[in-house]
Amino acid sequence: MILHFMTDTLRASLIELIRRTSAEIPDDVQKVLLESLEQEKKGTIAESALKIIQQNIELAKKKSQPICQDTGTVLFYVDAPAGFDQIAFQETTRDAVTAATKLGYLRQNSVNSLTGVNDGTNVGEGAPVFHFHQHRSPEVRVRLILKGGGCENVGVQYSLPIEKLKANRNLDGCRRVLLEAVVEAQGKGCGPGVLGVCIGGDRPTGYEFSKRQLLRKLDDRNPIPELDRLEQDLLHTSNELGIGPMGFGGKTTLLGVKIGALNRVPASFFVSVSYMCWAFRRQGVVLNAEGKIENWLY
Amino acid sequence: MIHLTSPFTEAQIRSLKVGDAVELSGVVFTGRDAVHTYLHDGGALPPGVSLKNGIIYHCGPVVLKGDDGQWKVVAAGPTTSAREEPYQGQIIKDFGLRGVIGKGGMGERTLQACREYGCVYFHAIGGAAQVLAECITRVRNVYFLKEFGSPEAIWEFEVAKFPVVVTIDAHGNSLHREVLNASREKLARLAG
Repeated sequence: MILHFMTDTLRASLIELIRRTSAEIPDDVQKVLLESLEQEKKGTIAESALKIIQQNIELAKKKSQPICQDTGTVLFYVDAPAGFDQIAFQETTRDAVTAATKLGYLRQNSVNSLTGVNDGTNVGEGAPVFHFHQHRSPEVRVRLILKGGGCENVGVQYSLPIEKLKANRNLDGCRRVLLEAVVEAQGKGCGPGVLGVCIGGDRPTGYEFSKRQLLRKLDDRNPIPELDRLEQDLLHTSNELGIGPMGFGGKTTLLGVKIGALNRVPASFFVSVSYMCWAFRRQGVVLNAEGKIENWLY
Repeated sequence: MIHLTSPFTEAQIRSLKVGDAVELSGVVFTGRDAVHTYLHDGGALPPGVSLKNGIIYHCGPVVLKGDDGQWKVVAAGPTTSAREEPYQGQIIKDFGLRGVIGKGGMGERTLQACREYGCVYFHAIGGAAQVLAECITRVRNVYFLKEFGSPEAIWEFEVAKFPVVVTIDAHGNSLHREVLNASREKLARLAG
């Protein structure tokens, strides 16, 4: 049955997923942003930045328009049972992305790297991005992240050891390079942001897994005790650095830290970082047998 | 809150200090990566565009054409300015800019040009595309739309009470440098 999605129904569901992802901040992120507004010193430019951010969140939702004009790399994470037609799903999704662009939910944001041509469709080689994952459940789950270029540009990958940072191949070394990443990012990634981190893996897998951490809710806790401790420590320590919203100085530098670990080969020890801006656009849906939205995931 | 309307005088701009909250009104032109490289390499501004005593806004907006043929700004926050660092100082000098709007700050060469020629860097709130789009009261024109594509084109906007913070002034001060140095010192203490 799930193999027979109605194309038009699926397309409409995906446009709605894109609209909501682009225009509405997820509840878990909104909650932490409001808490940080409470904590900033009154009358500072850091507080005023967070107030404008709040106004912006409300306005985007009300007007059903993009929270940020950089609607970013369009990343689909699809979990589906065996037999699911990925090719048909991709075709319909590409249509939906182009339709959502015409409606102004996405900016004309995809550029041919060789010719510089932006054909305005948001569809091309590698755009949008799909990550398919097969699971035992009959459910089809589609999650979407829109990741702006400003925050993607401050992402970084370290190969440990790094002598000048005193970063050895252990958790203390990871902590050191991650704090370095926060200081290097300053306000350039539109902080307060969220760090998605992968310890281990090879280079591309490490980056991919670091970005995948951003699918986690901000208020969840890491089931691995040493990673949980590192997440809490890094969040707390980063917020002591005084970088603040937009790099204006202040108490809120990060909203969250999410860390995963992958096996590595003995010769490599990568720590990969995906930085997500405050305009954390992430949503997801479960689709029913016709391709209609059954429920929202965030 | 300080209110300023473009075009600006050098004295107005030199009176601003790092940390000042300002509301800007008047005309601004957008320009980002393609425009900066083009101008830096000796490209000419199209007829109708003048940056003298004015502002360039690092922004790639979402703009739709309505059924009435009028442009409508759907989202228009700042983009990361650091990418324009290799070009900005020269463009401030060559075109007589008094203000640059962007986000994330700029480096030493832009700071030197601001000091020498009387210009400031206005930091807008990154990501605040709706609040800032509300401050754009009219799209007057668009240039290089076909050549550079919509986000990279030069859009001519009228703005009213557009909120920014001065983070690089015309006296050699930079909030970005201050915060970077202070956070580096703190990190050295915290990381051990």
